[in-house]
Amino acid sequence: MTGYVGFLTSMLLKNGKLPVEQARVIQQRAKDSDDKRLAMILIQNGYVSKEDVVQSVTRYVQEIVFRLFTWTQGSFFFEPDKQPDQGRITVPIELGNVIMEGSRRVQEWERLQDELPDLDMALKFTDHPDAKLRNISLSPEEWKIISYVKPTNSIRQIAKVHSMNDFQIRKTVYGMLQAGLVELIRPPNMVVPAAEAATRGARIQRATAPAVKRGIINRLIDRIKRL
Amino acid sequence: MQTVKMVVTGPFNSGKTQFIRAISEIDVVSTERKISSDPEKVKDETTVAMDFGRITVDDDLILYLFGTPGQKRFDFMWEILSEGMLGFVVLIDSARPETFREARRILEVFRGYAPTPYVVAANKQDAPDAWLPEDLRIALKIPDDVKVLPCVATGKESVKSILLELLYSILEEMDAEGIEEEA
Repeated sequence: MTGYVGFLTSMLLKNGKLPVEQARVIQQRAKDSDDKRLAMILIQNGYVSKEDVVQSVTRYVQEIVFRLFTWTQGSFFFEPDKQPDQGRITVPIELGNVIMEGSRRVQEWERLQDELPDLDMALKFTDHPDAKLRNISLSPEEWKIISYVKPTNSIRQIAKVHSMNDFQIRKTVYGMLQAGLVELIRPPNMVVPAAEAATRGARIQRATAPAVKRGIINRLIDRIKRL
Repeated sequence: MQTVKMVVTGPFNSGKTQFIRAISEIDVVSTERKISSDPEKVKDETTVAMDFGRITVDDDLILYLFGTPGQKRFDFMWEILSEGMLGFVVLIDSARPETFREARRILEVFRGYAPTPYVVAANKQDAPDAWLPEDLRIALKIPDDVKVLPCVATGKESVKSILLELLYSILEEMDAEGIEEEA
């Protein structure tokens, strides 16, 4: 399905509006149609509704923007007022809401990173199950993970098996930790390099108080005076 | 390439966007939106995420200026924008005393994020009923060691003087902490 990532069929598929096989067949038959024409055909033939199309495109675009919010480094190029190709479907998205939701996700992501900083740790079932476990109900994601919980499997390995990204695995494992279902343990033979620990400490330090030299301040002063 | 940043904060309609526009070498990347709520209808648009300006010092150093959103409902952006700042400017509309309490709150919140130097800019000094900087200091209970400076954010020279005073404050704090230049 990777051949048409970013096009209408993949958006509808991702949003659960088309089954995989149907999406594949539609994409093959409509490879010369642009998204707008394809949407018209799908709506007219009753495969999806107009609302399905708008909702799928909106969610797809928002997910891309939300993912950008979680970047800690990288480059991007901003082109104001640039429109996509004519055949692509555009939808109005309210900027304030996107920023609010994006910011909420950043905070959630930071919290998950604080609670579960190291994906090379492993999981084991708790030795002292809490009474609340009697009524626990697991999500499909949690069930997927359960069968791989053992001290020799790192969380990163479990995520890889299930094609889960860092955010998804952290969120799911955090839920299981909070429920008292599993505990974190250090896998056998795991060594934390001293340099890595030092780098982490330095990174936290930089976030709060940037180490800036007097020379930099003087250069800033000279530049602003010359403006 | 090293980048450093300063934050310009203050209550709604205190002049943060104008401040950054006055000095940025690029068109300010602004996220202004039409205002819908009546109590805030003193102007047509407001910043919802941030304003972003840039001053290139040389090939190795760039100063970024971030303006915070003024409306309270967007204050979740403040902490994100304040991370790693060299210092910050608190802009106050000197002619609207009803905003002074909010300015005090913002100042305290930013002091809580990071113990970096800051200056208070008494903006709109060209308004007929503007409070003088020293009167503002008393009203806002600003300590004597913090600079309260007159400002007209539409004027480049005025904005330059505010940023320079902030940089001098940063140097003074380095002196006080005995931070040495690397050999």
